[in-house]
Amino acid sequence: MTHLTLSVPATAPRLRFDHVSYAPRGQTLLGPLSLNLDGHRRTLVMGPNGAGKSLLMRLAHGLLQPTSGRLVWEGSAPRQAMVFQRPVLLRRSALANLEYALAVQRVPRRQRLERAREALARFGLEALARRPARVLSGGEQQRLALARAWLLSPEVLFLDEPTSALDPAAIRAVEAAIDDFHHQGVRIVMTSHDLHQARRLADEVILLHHGRLVEQSPAATFFDAPVTTEGHAFVHGELLD
Amino acid sequence: MTDSAFLTALELVIGLDADLLAIVGLSLKISLTAVAIAALLAFPMGAALALFRFPGRAPLIVALNALMGLPPVVAGLAVYLLLSRAGPLGSLGLLFTPTAMVVAQVILVLPILAALTRQKVEELHGEYAEQLASIGVSRLRRIPTLLWDARLSLITVVLAGFGRASAEVGAVMIVGGNIDGVTRVMTTAIVLETSKGNLPLALGLGIVLLALVGAINALAHLLGEATRRQLG
Amino acid sequence: MTTYPGSTPANALLSRALLIAGLSLAATSAQAEDRFITLASTTSTQNSGLFDAIIPSFTEDSGIDVRVVAVGTGQAFEIARRGDADSLLVHDTAGEEAFVADGYATERADVMYNDFVLIGPTEDPAGIRDAGSAAEALNLIAEHEAPFASRGDDSGTNRAELRLWESAGVEPGGDWYRELGSGMGATLNTAAGMGAYVMSDRATWVAFDNRQDLELLFEGDEVLFNQYGSLKLSPERHPELKHDLADEWHDWLLSEAGQQAIGDFEVKGQQLFFPNADSE
Repeated sequence: MTHLTLSVPATAPRLRFDHVSYAPRGQTLLGPLSLNLDGHRRTLVMGPNGAGKSLLMRLAHGLLQPTSGRLVWEGSAPRQAMVFQRPVLLRRSALANLEYALAVQRVPRRQRLERAREALARFGLEALARRPARVLSGGEQQRLALARAWLLSPEVLFLDEPTSALDPAAIRAVEAAIDDFHHQGVRIVMTSHDLHQARRLADEVILLHHGRLVEQSPAATFFDAPVTTEGHAFVHGELLD
Repeated sequence: MTDSAFLTALELVIGLDADLLAIVGLSLKISLTAVAIAALLAFPMGAALALFRFPGRAPLIVALNALMGLPPVVAGLAVYLLLSRAGPLGSLGLLFTPTAMVVAQVILVLPILAALTRQKVEELHGEYAEQLASIGVSRLRRIPTLLWDARLSLITVVLAGFGRASAEVGAVMIVGGNIDGVTRVMTTAIVLETSKGNLPLALGLGIVLLALVGAINALAHLLGEATRRQLG
Repeated sequence: MTTYPGSTPANALLSRALLIAGLSLAATSAQAEDRFITLASTTSTQNSGLFDAIIPSFTEDSGIDVRVVAVGTGQAFEIARRGDADSLLVHDTAGEEAFVADGYATERADVMYNDFVLIGPTEDPAGIRDAGSAAEALNLIAEHEAPFASRGDDSGTNRAELRLWESAGVEPGGDWYRELGSGMGATLNTAAGMGAYVMSDRATWVAFDNRQDLELLFEGDEVLFNQYGSLKLSPERHPELKHDLADEWHDWLLSEAGQQAIGDFEVKGQQLFFPNADSE
């Protein structure tokens, strides 16, 4: 941890969606969408299946390019990492997976092992260092993915449904890890379909429906007095059409 | 006939016939060398073809797939003309040597390995692409990463190549010349014994060849299973 | 290949295996530097086992190994024409003389002879067993349209067969005349399978094991004479060939020792080749 400079930046990174649409082969799946992601916050992106949550994350992270509109980071783009619903781990040991991420970042070889071990310890995986990553349990795999993200020293961490396939104990561990990231000054942007999880984690909620922004509110507002009727319905567990 | 073929095969194996051992050894040496060289070239080639988009990529893939069906005798003829004294590489004096046989088999096996490697790597990349992009892995860097992670499927790919190399006779017959003790391998020996009308011996040799290829496949299978069990 | 975590042991193993394979192959080629010549010859001489019998005594005398590439006579000429063999031993006297005339060889010499024989199914549907001549036998086969398997591969035997049909006044063709495009042994296998007549050199026939219903039905006509000749290839055409070693082989074949070795070769108690080098 000593090697990671995760002090809270003076200005939190700020990402602006400016009339962003994603419409592969002419079929609009998301947008047009205009919103800001700013502040040192934990933003939960919510909405029913197919609302465009994952697309929004991939656009923000740069894995997809918008069909129209612009995404603009204020200043230069910050260091980012993303944790996927199903982590893709390489077919090698847990430790080697982390060393690989460090190698990709051109971390000098002699520093890799130590830093990889630190990251394993931080996420409670030191006993599994030599185990092949692919035989770890779902929760262990997700923690390994978080450890890998940690080694990328991100300023923004995107998480796409990181707990949807996990049991409660594993969910707790992942949520604790997310808290840890946040306390170290990392901006969190995460999707979830779980209202309870959102209540536990969110500072801010973005509600998407049919690929459009319905509501972006502070968590307290969203859960107590949503601004929109869809928000109200969503918070009360009703189905949105 | 078949009975006596099995008996002959058994005699050959149990008797550890010196000629047979030499022929088997040469067959293995040539085919394994050819497959190893082809793999060394085809793995990065196939992976690059899977990862990079460039003009002419589609025709190249079609050509590779078509070359998988290249008749061995055509490959042999091409290498023959190349290595013949009257040919462009004639001065090397490689015709009718094991090296010429390796060259011919590399040409036969390379398209298979490259085309199948491309398929396997492309499949795996479908799974890995987002994660690798997220970590910031360049396309070039993905080549060794994906090849290593596809190693289990690549074992099968290599076996397919080895199967073709060890089974073909058309190419090695032409460029090797089936010279006793120098370029005679299992398949050319089988052709020779057949033309002598010594069918039990020919079939016996065939059974030995089959057993050999079977043993190598079994070995690779066990290796693959062990790795799979270990890596999940 | 770049090294990256987890890859090293297996990669090292692979490269070591490659190294070993490469070295052992190199060792094979190094041995190939020894004194040897490549001889382009015919399937009949190889399939009968003649070379296995005579080459060791030549090697013992001279220290030269002879590597035989056994193909049809037509292909053997082609190999020699391209400079891929040091010496040539075939059985198509007319073709051999043309080869010398074309300047690819400097000299040709008779080495040995045997004869062609007509083989067919035991029941002999065309009745050639009692034919008075080879020409009559072929005419009988054509009249009965009995299946006949021809090499069809431009080999010495094939060329001899075509000359026989011509001199018999028959133009072979039709369903019954089957051009196989195969070596002598493969043609005999096929003929045995379809109960066809076939012309074979005596050596391959005697050494052939898969006869099934086939038997020797006609022999002895002098037109069935089968002469083998050895050629010295032209140093002008192909200076890079091992002419010295090849000359030693050529001379040995014609020498008393060589002729003796050829005459001593027997299969199933039968002499297959009759030495007839000019002893001038």
